[in-house]
Amino acid sequence: MAIKYMEEYRDPRLARGLIEKIMQRSHRDVRLMEVCGTHTMSIFKSGIRSALPPSITLLSGPGCPVCVTAQGEIDAFIELSRRQDVIITTFGDLMRVPGQASSLQRERADGRDIRVVYSTNDALEIAVNNPGKRVVFLGVGFETTAPTVAASILAAKEARISNFSIFSAHKRVPPALEALMKIVGLRLDGLILPGHVSVIIGKKAYGPLPKQYGMPCAIAGFEPVDILQALLHLLEQINSGKPTVENCYPRAVGYDGNIKAQRVIETVFENVDAAWRGLGEIPVSGLGIRKEFASFDARKIFDVEVPDAKEPKGCACGQILTGMKIPPECPLYREVCTPMDPVGPCMVSSEGTCAAYYRYHEP
Amino acid sequence: MCLAIPSKITKIENQVATVDVEGVRRKVSLLLLEDAQVGDYVIVHAGFAIHKIDEAEALESLKLLKEALEFVEGDD
Repeated sequence: MAIKYMEEYRDPRLARGLIEKIMQRSHRDVRLMEVCGTHTMSIFKSGIRSALPPSITLLSGPGCPVCVTAQGEIDAFIELSRRQDVIITTFGDLMRVPGQASSLQRERADGRDIRVVYSTNDALEIAVNNPGKRVVFLGVGFETTAPTVAASILAAKEARISNFSIFSAHKRVPPALEALMKIVGLRLDGLILPGHVSVIIGKKAYGPLPKQYGMPCAIAGFEPVDILQALLHLLEQINSGKPTVENCYPRAVGYDGNIKAQRVIETVFENVDAAWRGLGEIPVSGLGIRKEFASFDARKIFDVEVPDAKEPKGCACGQILTGMKIPPECPLYREVCTPMDPVGPCMVSSEGTCAAYYRYHEP
Repeated sequence: MCLAIPSKITKIENQVATVDVEGVRRKVSLLLLEDAQVGDYVIVHAGFAIHKIDEAEALESLKLLKEALEFVEGDD
């Protein structure tokens, strides 16, 4: 049986029709960035790259949550896992990201209690079942993940679960995109905006990109027809010289987004400055836990210091995350950095650009 | 991280929905949605339903796309 709202957007006849239109509208070289890591994987998997005219260059952006997590935060997670009576809970992608001297996976092999969970609900359950332990969830992700984490804090407060906390390293997409617009020497002609971040924050959140920076934008879903539609709309905006935010994912994204989820985020989190791998410190681009919820804030409970750590020597993840380089231009790519033995996070995460290139792109 | 497969709600109990994707069942929280009902298709992220698919919008946008591509149902 076909999966509703999915198979229709994989229809090869629609995709062919869109590619034909894209061909007709390609008049000059353009560089388009897919911001979201899931888009990167979908573009590679579906073979869209090979079907596009050579005038279109696709770049990956700062939209893989694990990849943009600062090196110092990775080291802080590892340090936290060594504390007495702590159980670390995390999404799986973080496990293999190398810190300066170790990784969560290596720490687990050394006997630390680190558990991969699918949801914050699982982490809460672990806290309930281990009253003598302190359960910390590593909060990594954008506006899509942040409300699920905020909801877990509200649930923990209501149920008086006192041995549960969050280490928030959450980040906000719009400030990062504005920071990207200010990078000198970065040539970009359009942005494919993330689908599920947009479900939460809505189309309205991207207003400044076309207005202040003249950047054509299209919000896209994750199926091939969704992505091709976004590419076509970007070309039309470029050709007409009228940048806007086109919503090519209207079955999931509205103008205002998910207001209830936004309220949950605002209840628990406040905007704070945050360090991004590749982009550096960006004002109000992070989400910190509000004072009212300090008893659930692992940064305060454990007084964890986030070191000012350097990124691995030679690793070009930072430039790859900002579209300044593509993986084959990194000296470590395929030589010393592989999915089996990754140096940088872009090779670790299932959504990382280097991992996608390694898997789907010819060397 | 973004699971793009819409999931159908088959049961709701205390703000927790049972969803079904091609026979695979899973429990998801409805705390981030206003008005989910049994039979709705939702987008799920990390154990939470974050959006109810707008069926009218989905049908309309697909229709518009087919028209724009001068695509006739049954064409090959």
